[in-house]
Amino acid sequence: MELIDLTLIWIGIIGIGIFMYVLMDGFDLGVGILFPFARNDEHRDMMMNSVAPVWDGNETWLILGGAGLLAAFPLVYAVFLPALYIGVFLLLAGLIFRGIAFEFRFKAKTSRYLWNWSFFIGSLVASFAQGAVVGAYIQGFETEGFTYVGGPLDWLTPFTVMTGLALVCGYTLLGSTWLILKTEGDLQDWAYGVAGKALIAVLAFFVIISIWTPLTEARVMDRWLGNIQWLWIFPVATLGASAWLWRAIRYRKEGVPFIATMTLFITFYVGLLISMWPLAVPPDHTFWDASSAPETQLFLLIGVLFLIPVILGYTAWTYWVFRGKVRPDAGYH
Amino acid sequence: MELDPLLLSRIQFAFVVSFHAIFPVFTIGLASYIATLEALFYKTDNPVYEQLSRFWTKVFAVVFGMGVVSGIVMAFQFGTNWSNFSYASANFLGPILSYEVVTAFFLEATFLGVLLFGRNKVPKGLHLFAACMVALGTFISSFWILSANSWMQTPAGVEVRDGLVYVTSWSEAIFNPSLWPRFFHMALASFLTAGFVVAGVSAWYLLRNRAPELNRKALGMTVMLLAVIAPAQLVVGDIHGLNTFEHQPAKVAAMEGVWETTEGAPLLLFALPSATNERNYLEIGIPKMASLILTHQLDGEVPGLKEWAPEDRPPVATVFWSFRIMVAIGLLMIGVALTALYLRLRGRLYDSPRLLRVFTWMIPLPFVAVIAGWFVTEVGRQPYLIYGTMRLADGLTPSLTGGMALFTLLGFILVYAVVFAAGLYYLVRLIQAGPEAPAHEPDDAHQGRPKRPLSAVDTSLDDEQNLQPAGR
Repeated sequence: MELIDLTLIWIGIIGIGIFMYVLMDGFDLGVGILFPFARNDEHRDMMMNSVAPVWDGNETWLILGGAGLLAAFPLVYAVFLPALYIGVFLLLAGLIFRGIAFEFRFKAKTSRYLWNWSFFIGSLVASFAQGAVVGAYIQGFETEGFTYVGGPLDWLTPFTVMTGLALVCGYTLLGSTWLILKTEGDLQDWAYGVAGKALIAVLAFFVIISIWTPLTEARVMDRWLGNIQWLWIFPVATLGASAWLWRAIRYRKEGVPFIATMTLFITFYVGLLISMWPLAVPPDHTFWDASSAPETQLFLLIGVLFLIPVILGYTAWTYWVFRGKVRPDAGYH
Repeated sequence: MELDPLLLSRIQFAFVVSFHAIFPVFTIGLASYIATLEALFYKTDNPVYEQLSRFWTKVFAVVFGMGVVSGIVMAFQFGTNWSNFSYASANFLGPILSYEVVTAFFLEATFLGVLLFGRNKVPKGLHLFAACMVALGTFISSFWILSANSWMQTPAGVEVRDGLVYVTSWSEAIFNPSLWPRFFHMALASFLTAGFVVAGVSAWYLLRNRAPELNRKALGMTVMLLAVIAPAQLVVGDIHGLNTFEHQPAKVAAMEGVWETTEGAPLLLFALPSATNERNYLEIGIPKMASLILTHQLDGEVPGLKEWAPEDRPPVATVFWSFRIMVAIGLLMIGVALTALYLRLRGRLYDSPRLLRVFTWMIPLPFVAVIAGWFVTEVGRQPYLIYGTMRLADGLTPSLTGGMALFTLLGFILVYAVVFAAGLYYLVRLIQAGPEAPAHEPDDAHQGRPKRPLSAVDTSLDDEQNLQPAGR
């Protein structure tokens, strides 16, 4: 037995990294999903400007997640990516198209509508693909030893389609509460309306997934029913966060909905981890099976412990620089 | 027809990586050029340097953005198409690629924002510092990625147990035998690429008599640089070649087109190597020169390809011809650079339309040379992924089918075509607008907006009036 369990530390680091990505790229993907539904082009300008300064930094967490998984849990990297082959392509293509839309939309005049569509479809496809990845993780992968042996579209099932749609709604909720925080007037009114509907949709998906998952995955059923004496606290926390969010939307407390949504996401995330623990590549492989050699985990840990705080500091600074409301005149023009 | 996932994955990787490679090779050199301009501006207060820096920073922003977008794909392709390789080598390559993210991407992203939008927001010294940090970031990034590539060429510091790589010495693995020659060869290639692009664009303006003072300065500076580094690249390339000869003799045999182990091997200028017949056709060569270059002796022994079983040999013709294309362009660069130096010393550089025109034609050549060079080293590594340790076929994703690989190959070609057509269109417009175009200093609109590469440029994409160069 090692003195320090490096694998456990790395579960923490990667877990936080992925969650940072989901929260941060989540709201800017959500803004993209809402794009075609905005009332006018001026609103669209403001929506885009509200996320323009920070979205690249947000996406860097995805690259860190990919490289970090390869370093710390190579089995996850080497099973998920082949199994989700087509989905990964769609994710990358979506991210590329929405990324360039940021850059070109404000430079375009006659072709602006093309970049509006590029931003919307790119965001939608990327969000759906990410939700499907979560569903595929729950549903597990057909492996033999340490390689994926399933088919190219095994990941695409009614269940993963549903988790894909669920994350689209979740990101919409994050995006709309972000807009409540960052805008005012007409656009903010509209965002309040969207956030309420998105919350209802998210809760509906939460109920469906909470019923569907244990029914299809026996281990999830055992986990929750076997430990119900203390696990009941998590669904209750989810409902509590939802109620908090609902009141904040209803009473128009503009700073609160975004924080409440993040809290809601934390409860989902913890619930997912409880369902899956300690499996990294279900149904057969735990995080400890999936981990790289201890010397590898240690070598990277030393650097990451120094560098992640610096990155977090920089990220916080960026958000501080761009604090406050977005105004129609402050943009690319 | 049966679709071969291995072949399609190789084509996809070659396509994606070749497309990606042209951007960083330009931005690494350009970042250093911008840092130099900023330093000169800091020291002399001459506005010409500032104007040049502004212009090239805009170009940098667009090219860097396209490099980032195409680079993300690379990070995932190791897993999607080469999962066995990723899994087997993760103990080494995982941390190396992660360190690239946390040491280089971070530095570049942070300080690029200050460089692009901070000119009026931060003190002059801090702006220069930002330019230097971006340049440093590009070098740190290339250090890590070349360490990973060099390790695949000349693996060291690891042992293989049960098919997985375990690191026994991090310093030996990171600083593996071919890292430094490759790093300096690549660094000089980046300088040459940026140098010839800057020289070519400046010459293009001079031919149209646009902003002559500024463009003479740019061309003059660049010519001095090129006259030093173009010949230096010949020396470093030679050292890299000798390093390859020591560690990967089969690759060198393919580069030289040597089939039989020969004492006093000729340097072939032309040949049509045939892998099936194990010989060359239509050979034209200089006797004993290859032996002289590789062993420093006229009768030195050069191992021939027949020393290796046919299935262990790299595809000869591709390596042979890629190498010749690279060397030919390199020699042409030396010739142009030295001619320009001579004319400059005699004070006639800017009045020679013929040479200026040659410089404009040279713009695409360094990119061709870089891609050809990578073809030599990558195709020359075949049939191995990790040299001597893992073959290509063993690194492929087992579950990958030909249909899947074809789908993504076509998909990436389509996506890249759209992205890069738009990017290139914009770049051409930017260059046509020129450095003399009034500087749109970040107004409030751009206040402190970091990490927005492509939006550093204020020209509107559909704004027709900027299409015509001012001088016409």
